[in-house]
Amino acid sequence: MCDQTFLVNVFGSCDKCFKQRALRPVFKKSQQLSYCSTCAEIGKLERERPKLPDVELHQVAERVEALGQFVMKTRRTLKGHGNKVLCMDWCKDKRRIVSSSQDGKVIVWDSFTTNKEHAVTMPCTWVMACAYAPSGCAIACGGLDNKCSVYPLTFDKNENMAAKKKSVAMHTNYLSACSFTNSDMQILTASGDGTCALWDVESGQLLQSFHGHGADVLCLDLAPSETGNTFVSGGCDKKAMVWDMRSGQCVQAFETHESDINSVRYYPSGDAFASGSDDATCRLYDLRADREVAIYSKESIIFGASSVDFSLSGRLLFAGYNDYTINVWDVLKGARVSILFGHENRVSTLRVSPDGTAFCSGSWDHTLRVWA
Amino acid sequence: MAAGGRARAQRPNLDKMERMVVSMQDPDEGVKMRSQRLLITVIPHAVAEALHLGALLVRHGYLYPLRDPRSLALRPDETPYRFQTPYFWASTVWPASELDYAIYLAKRSIQRRGALLDHEKGCAPRIWQEHYDQLQWKISHAWDLVVTQAREQLRAMKQRRRGDRLVITCQEQAYWLVNRPPPGVPNVLEQGPERGSCAASRLQTCKSLDFYKWEIEYARKALGRNRLKSSVCLEAYLKFSSQRGPHDPILSGCLPSNPWVTDDDTYWAVNAPTAATPTRLRVERWGFSFQELLEDPVGRAHFMDFLEKEFSAENLSFWEACEQLRYGGQAQVPALVDAVYQQFLAPGAARWVNIDSRTMERTLAGLCRPHRYVLDDAQLHIYMLMKKDSYPRFLKSDMYKGLLTEATVPVETKRRVFPFMRKPRHCSPSPALPTAGPGGGGED
Repeated sequence: MCDQTFLVNVFGSCDKCFKQRALRPVFKKSQQLSYCSTCAEIGKLERERPKLPDVELHQVAERVEALGQFVMKTRRTLKGHGNKVLCMDWCKDKRRIVSSSQDGKVIVWDSFTTNKEHAVTMPCTWVMACAYAPSGCAIACGGLDNKCSVYPLTFDKNENMAAKKKSVAMHTNYLSACSFTNSDMQILTASGDGTCALWDVESGQLLQSFHGHGADVLCLDLAPSETGNTFVSGGCDKKAMVWDMRSGQCVQAFETHESDINSVRYYPSGDAFASGSDDATCRLYDLRADREVAIYSKESIIFGASSVDFSLSGRLLFAGYNDYTINVWDVLKGARVSILFGHENRVSTLRVSPDGTAFCSGSWDHTLRVWA
Repeated sequence: MAAGGRARAQRPNLDKMERMVVSMQDPDEGVKMRSQRLLITVIPHAVAEALHLGALLVRHGYLYPLRDPRSLALRPDETPYRFQTPYFWASTVWPASELDYAIYLAKRSIQRRGALLDHEKGCAPRIWQEHYDQLQWKISHAWDLVVTQAREQLRAMKQRRRGDRLVITCQEQAYWLVNRPPPGVPNVLEQGPERGSCAASRLQTCKSLDFYKWEIEYARKALGRNRLKSSVCLEAYLKFSSQRGPHDPILSGCLPSNPWVTDDDTYWAVNAPTAATPTRLRVERWGFSFQELLEDPVGRAHFMDFLEKEFSAENLSFWEACEQLRYGGQAQVPALVDAVYQQFLAPGAARWVNIDSRTMERTLAGLCRPHRYVLDDAQLHIYMLMKKDSYPRFLKSDMYKGLLTEATVPVETKRRVFPFMRKPRHCSPSPALPTAGPGGGGED
């Protein structure tokens, strides 16, 4: 008498892919079929997958009140760059900004009074990245020189700012974006060589590098999360990737854009991020649901979005486009709230101020504008 | 033609513009066209966005004005425009070389010596003359070819009807205005530094064993990842936005006034990082999340006071020390780790923190080889302890309630009667000045 149970492996042709494999029974509409293990797993995934995206953002947002009439005007125009403005960043004091341009000039302004406070000339052209240190005492910038340099800001008339320059990052292609982490002593960079890297400012040591993009990395943003461990980057391979800073691993990747991703920015809660791309759309990706949840586009917008940022509450998305305009989107309802004209050439960079009172846009028409 | 292909792909906007121009010419749904002696179209009056789009089409050379062909600008009046022939579209990867330009300028020069064409009267040929002279100097070796070609093309043109001649001249002129913009006019074809030049090709060819191993690992992690239902995530956005809406200056305004609008920086003075009496909105924000409370220096200071009353202030101090380690300089890591150990973790330490035994074991083991993330586990444990335990008690405490009631609500600035009298804009000391105190400006 045998009480053993036997496992019988039936070999044969799978009913789905017709390959010769070990088969297992699968029931489809009360009909028994034999699938190989791969097809059975895929079938299971296909059944489970529709359960997650159970509702779309615009459906949920029907309950939300529509935004009222929206008036934003240029409140300050900063003139002083002799060439295209490529990048800008706000200081934590909510009024100072640093901006960089094609001719190598990096200027620190008090944008409230429109006074220029510091100016540095970099030895290279196309300074595509600049960042203000959290303490307000230094700036970082880089571009076609493949490096990221940190300049301490000094008011001493006898000192030449360029003399105290510290060369921190070294890449093998142009620097496209840089950002300080929570302190002045670490800097995160993205480059045209397809990698991102974390550097120690004092010694110039490479702390961590992030490989995975298949083409130039164009933008990055640090997550505002309480554990402060991740950041997102977007590149020419149409992918937006989320990285763990500690291990250097890619945690999640999103590939729904149809062209280069020019800009990524986290939603203020840290659970999602928006991206702007050359395919003239901005998209919102949710990290916990692991998918794209909204597309912000219109048929009449045919030029790529170069730069995006959220308002403080996350209700508005400001996007600067290559057709010289800035479109303001209602994040929840997916509709465009307003279109802002004023620049005379493409808008290359856009950031909301740290306290959300205004945002600043820089353009190839040599000026920066503060809107409120 | 990889380089050309990449350049093409970088300009999807040109594809879209071309599709738009083609659909505009559709006899059923396109723009209204009036045929006079020559085919002319009129851009209908439209709101700002359509005007702007039209202006861009003109600037890129897909449409050109017939009356003032010197400048590619859209005028919202009855000026007639014409569609540019696809041969001259900006997306054609046609070199627009110096030689072609020289032939074009030579033709104009020859024509001008003869009778001026109607539409050229009143032009300023000075710019073209300058370019012409420069080119003559640059390609002097091929100048015979240039002049011969120019004469041939002009002779061929003479055999066509007047209408066609006019059209061809206009088309050529519009094309060259786009490809060789006069000084002061931005070049719409400029793209910025080339992308994807070396990285892409190099990375694509390296599909090695490592690459596939990475892919498999990534796919396995992706399968196992916990995903939330969309409804849960989207509801979270609604909640977040509605909670923060009143705190968003762009959406809801700010009191006393938005400094950028009224030139009055009282708002920043009242909300300074080290303000003695925080505003109502600010104190409310401390209740939104633990992170908000810690990020605000005033909030953190009050929370520290609260913890001292509860005899658990060492938790917050430990957390701050760990943050300093995580974001500090690489050279300070060993010293900082040691200091933290001595002060918080060593048995019998002055400010010993209460961590569970498993985390403590792991942390102490990691201290043999100190690196900046060695205290992460302990830090997370203490953070969660404060967040789940001390923070809710703080929000319910009399101290917090007192702060809420004492908090100020600034009075709205009365609108100035004479708005053109600008208020003087005050300077503020730069955070980079050496006299600024250590707490001013930044957070670490």
